Amino acid sequence: MNRRTLILLKTLTWLACLAPLAWLVWGAITNNLGADQTETITFATGRTTLRLLLISLAITPLRRLSPRLSWLIKFRRLLGLFAFFYATLHLMTWVGLYTNFDPNAMAADILKRRYVTAGMAAWLLLFPLALTSTNWSIRKMGGKNWNRLHRLVYFAAIAGVIHYWWQVKSGVLTPMGVTLILAALLLARPILSWRQRRKTRGPVLSPSAP
Amino acid sequence: MLIGKPPDIPSSEITPQSAYRKYLSRRKFLRGAAAVGAAALGGDRLAEVLSPHTRALASTKLQTVSSPLTTTGEQLTSFDDITHYNNFYEFGVDKGDPAKNAGGLPTRPWSVKVEGLVAKPQTFDIDTLLKLRPLEDRVYRHRCVEAWSMVIPWVGYSFSELIKQCQPLSSAKYVQFLSYWDRRVEHWGADETSIFWPYSEGLRMDEAMNPLTLLTFGLYGETLPNQDGAPVRIVIPWKYGFKSAKSIVKIKFVAKQPDTTWNEQAPNEYGFYSNVNPNVDHPRWSQKTERRIGLPFYEQRRATLMFNGYGDQVASLYTGMNLRKYY
Repeated sequence: MNRRTLILLKTLTWLACLAPLAWLVWGAITNNLGADQTETITFATGRTTLRLLLISLAITPLRRLSPRLSWLIKFRRLLGLFAFFYATLHLMTWVGLYTNFDPNAMAADILKRRYVTAGMAAWLLLFPLALTSTNWSIRKMGGKNWNRLHRLVYFAAIAGVIHYWWQVKSGVLTPMGVTLILAALLLARPILSWRQRRKTRGPVLSPSAP
Repeated sequence: MLIGKPPDIPSSEITPQSAYRKYLSRRKFLRGAAAVGAAALGGDRLAEVLSPHTRALASTKLQTVSSPLTTTGEQLTSFDDITHYNNFYEFGVDKGDPAKNAGGLPTRPWSVKVEGLVAKPQTFDIDTLLKLRPLEDRVYRHRCVEAWSMVIPWVGYSFSELIKQCQPLSSAKYVQFLSYWDRRVEHWGADETSIFWPYSEGLRMDEAMNPLTLLTFGLYGETLPNQDGAPVRIVIPWKYGFKSAKSIVKIKFVAKQPDTTWNEQAPNEYGFYSNVNPNVDHPRWSQKTERRIGLPFYEQRRATLMFNGYGDQVASLYTGMNLRKYY
């Protein structure tokens, strides 16, 4: 991929990632955020976080499907950081519009309500990943350690989806879509590894009797 | 004290701006229908396809009188918000779904069957019910268990008036309300939820007899839009919104506390009583505060009142009861 195409694609990714925020800001200015503005903001930021996390988790399996897709790696950090950005906006919505910046109310919410606990856990798992997203961090930590730390993203995504399930009413199945996609993305990893291992080992010759 | 002096002008005489907009859109719809020759066969169907939004809002004006039981001193939630922010899971789980999907609810002809422990089991046609008592304008606060709230100008009369007509036996201790259910019309309820339909709700007899319990036929002076529970629903303003069953087809007088939909679905979250109570949290959120619909996000938060502010009229129903246990 040449430099110009990369810059163009990166610009488009930036715009796409900023679109949900732009939509919210525009809605707030034009008083067009729906009947329950607090809920609109909460759901928009939460949904965008999950979507961006899933897209960033799709990059590795897609790359392994074909070497021609290896350039996708150049977008993973950007998507991951935007996921953290929206997770933080989502968290701030809760802090400001639900608990009214009251630390006692926040503590009570985290301790008493498991969906808040799960959401908080997801954000805390993403936080060190955002902090160590620089090239400097990768060099300093070494690729192996860095990779190990960044596996936390699996747990963050799982916690995020659990947070969604625990938030909706029992009997409501709307989180099913993201759940199935996340399951597919997590399962794709061992399956692709297994396939690769088989390929590199070459065709198995007629097995001899044990 | 919430029983205030009745307003000089009943809300049915005021055409709210949003309703006026709706008239315009209805006119637009008629014009469109004429343009495609909708007077011809199948015009209705076509209009439905072309403009389901308008159809869902089609309504007629109701004759109303004022009521001393109306709530005063609150800014009404707009007609637009009341009709486009609904929980009516038969038509989908998103707040905007009922306005989009409830157009197919066949509200005429409609009858309500009254059965169970009554001296006179009978079936009421909707037009009979509409004429049974004078229709009153009643502004009520509406508090959803999800911690949002509205102020709604309902139209109806006290449910006790219907109870008197049916003469329940002394063995009747509870009333059960059953909502319309037809999978062909309301497939979203089956597709998007695992709820066991039809929707069922219930009240203790003395709660049902309280004059605040409103058999409701309209809002903003007109017949109920489908998404708000047309053609007849119950409204119990001191309880969380889900207690107020929509589109009622059956009323049963029973001896034992009936099984009710949300209570069955998640008993630890939704009690049978479900009185609005800021001191008893929902397991997943606090009930101390609520978000008033239609205000900018930084002005939405407000304190939730015990019994939604109707304590003077209803607190005596629960004297001696532990409202933490019977939430």
